[in-house]
Amino acid sequence: MLNLIFSTSSALYLTLLFPLVGAGILALCGHRRMAGPLNLIICIATFITSLKLAVDVFYSGSIITPSNYFYVDAFNVYLVLLNSFVGMTTAVFSGPYMAHEQKIGRVKSAGMRLYHSMYQGFLFTMLLALMTNNLGILWVAVEGATLATVLLVSLYRTPESIEAGWKYFLICGVGIAQALFGTTLIYFAAVQIMPDSSQALMWSVLYSHAAELEPTVLLLAFVFLIVGYGTKIGLVPLHNWLPDAHSEGPTPMSAILSGLLLNIALYAVVRFKMLIDPALGTNIAGHIMMGFGLLSFLVAGLLLHRQRDIKRMFSYSSIEHMGLITFAFGIGGPLATFGALLHMIVHSLTKSAIFVTVGHATQACKTQSIEQIRGLINSQPKIGWGLLIGTIAIAGLPPFGVFTSEFLLFSATIKSYPWLVITLLIGLSIAFAGLFRHVQPMVFGPCPQGHIHIKANMWPVALHLCLILWLGIAVPDVLAGWIDQATIMISGKGVL
Amino acid sequence: MDIAVFTLAEQLILTLAALMLFTSFLLLAQTRLLTLIHIFALQGGLLCATTLLIAFTYGRHHLLISAAITLGLKVFFIPIQLQKLVTHLDIKREVEVVGHPSLIMLGGAALVLFSYYAVLPIRELSMLATRNTIAVSLAIILLGMLLIISRRKAVVQVVGFMCMENGLMFAAISATHGMPMVVELGVALDVLVAAILFGIFFFQIRTEFGSLDVDKLNRLKEVD
Repeated sequence: MLNLIFSTSSALYLTLLFPLVGAGILALCGHRRMAGPLNLIICIATFITSLKLAVDVFYSGSIITPSNYFYVDAFNVYLVLLNSFVGMTTAVFSGPYMAHEQKIGRVKSAGMRLYHSMYQGFLFTMLLALMTNNLGILWVAVEGATLATVLLVSLYRTPESIEAGWKYFLICGVGIAQALFGTTLIYFAAVQIMPDSSQALMWSVLYSHAAELEPTVLLLAFVFLIVGYGTKIGLVPLHNWLPDAHSEGPTPMSAILSGLLLNIALYAVVRFKMLIDPALGTNIAGHIMMGFGLLSFLVAGLLLHRQRDIKRMFSYSSIEHMGLITFAFGIGGPLATFGALLHMIVHSLTKSAIFVTVGHATQACKTQSIEQIRGLINSQPKIGWGLLIGTIAIAGLPPFGVFTSEFLLFSATIKSYPWLVITLLIGLSIAFAGLFRHVQPMVFGPCPQGHIHIKANMWPVALHLCLILWLGIAVPDVLAGWIDQATIMISGKGVL
Repeated sequence: MDIAVFTLAEQLILTLAALMLFTSFLLLAQTRLLTLIHIFALQGGLLCATTLLIAFTYGRHHLLISAAITLGLKVFFIPIQLQKLVTHLDIKREVEVVGHPSLIMLGGAALVLFSYYAVLPIRELSMLATRNTIAVSLAIILLGMLLIISRRKAVVQVVGFMCMENGLMFAAISATHGMPMVVELGVALDVLVAAILFGIFFFQIRTEFGSLDVDKLNRLKEVD
């Protein structure tokens, strides 16, 4: 045990161990009053170990465990850190929020146990997906993330939430099955050239042999992988489940689903793209991603206008941003990749902050319907301003971080595909108009009767917004260096 | 392609592949729930037989564990649970009206052709039995999807989902002689959890909507 704690990869194991053990403990005592704080404590512990892991990777390069099962490099370590950070800040919000839901009778004590246990279970599957070196386990973990959250979507047991849960389960299950077929094909290509079949699904091994793999098999595999993991990213036209699942579940879950899970699926696609590009020698995988990304970006922006439910509206905004990031990874090249990696961070931070604010707003107004949420700045100034500033940030206005990353993405697009910038600008303005036509009446104007005053803890939101502001004004050297390392891994060249 | 160029084991695998594809078509055509579940169990049995055959022929003894899991999950656990549920909810005798049955069968045939077409460019496979098995497993996956799309009963959709899983397992076993053990165990765990969650959902849908018709799940819309 002592050996484990002091070895170099101990932070790695502990980061996985805390949420796993936490899921077990909370399954037993998740309905008690101390479950919320306990959940937070476990998340803080996970965050500390992942911070340690990040520092280790920063100073000594990528870590691979002796058994070859886990692999952490510049690309996934920053997502691990982001995951545990957002998991922690959302846990701050989740405790009082769920206690309130239990008090008004929307969730029973068995539901609370399920909720808290699966909160940790979900974090565990996401961290496992990020840190595993085995592409098969990556699939198992992503599917596990679906299984962990599917009952949370239907937690309130309303007809809508059950419908959303069923759709989420079936569409994502069917989608992700395609990804397993793609993974099988990759394995098939790998065993042709590798004598040791037990290593043939290890990403690090595959990466070093990438150029020898059979290109036709890989291309076929990639099509299945992008459809499979793309369902989970929420790419149009595979996005149908996403707004339902994100809007019907408890709000802390929406924050994590929108902020983190989509990133994980995208991470998987990019990992596979890194394998496939050297073998194919062309950017056809990138072109497929660009097509899906651009379509998602435009369609989601248009659909934003026609929403009546505040959480659904922001889920469409997530689809839009994931489309943009997919598009950027598709372009490839250092600048676009750098922008995409930065955008993953700022989108996660902003979107989870928005969902936390929306959670407070829906509890105060006792509804999720946009038409009945009015005058938040008058009745609940903290929530109102939080929503307004969050929306300004997510729409890509300066001085927030989303502006920086979108600016980088647009400059990269101008260099490689100048005409597409026009489409991007149109899409961006459509989405901007869609967001503000709904948010403006929600925050300004008189406040109708019937709203209750709730004690909102806006610290997580303020923290996230400050971080985004910081990233918008100046990306700190440490982070820039880090993203640059990841950029070098993905696109071959750095920006700095 | 001359069938005699294959070894006896390969010929047997090809026969089993053909039978699995055939059961997929049976699933597609079957409208009685109980028979549907039995055919699904039969398909699981064929998958198990294929796994055993490959385990012994090529000396991959870890596949024996995989065969045992398939036998336990796909032949016994899931079909028996589904059958219990169908009896419990008293929908045993219900016959589902499927729109355009002949069109769906033709669509299924087109999917098989498409699967062969999709794997055609893979040069390495041209002389092996593997090309057939990969094409067949892809076809089984796609037919499972077609089953999900064309039916309205939640139970049938679950069978379609599990049929896709069968196709995936068949691909992994016949084309690559089994994925690494960790992965197979992980996938089996996911399937088991999924099966249990489906059961929970059946009860939730049944209590809330009064039947297992997914047509009634129509409240959430893209735009309104």
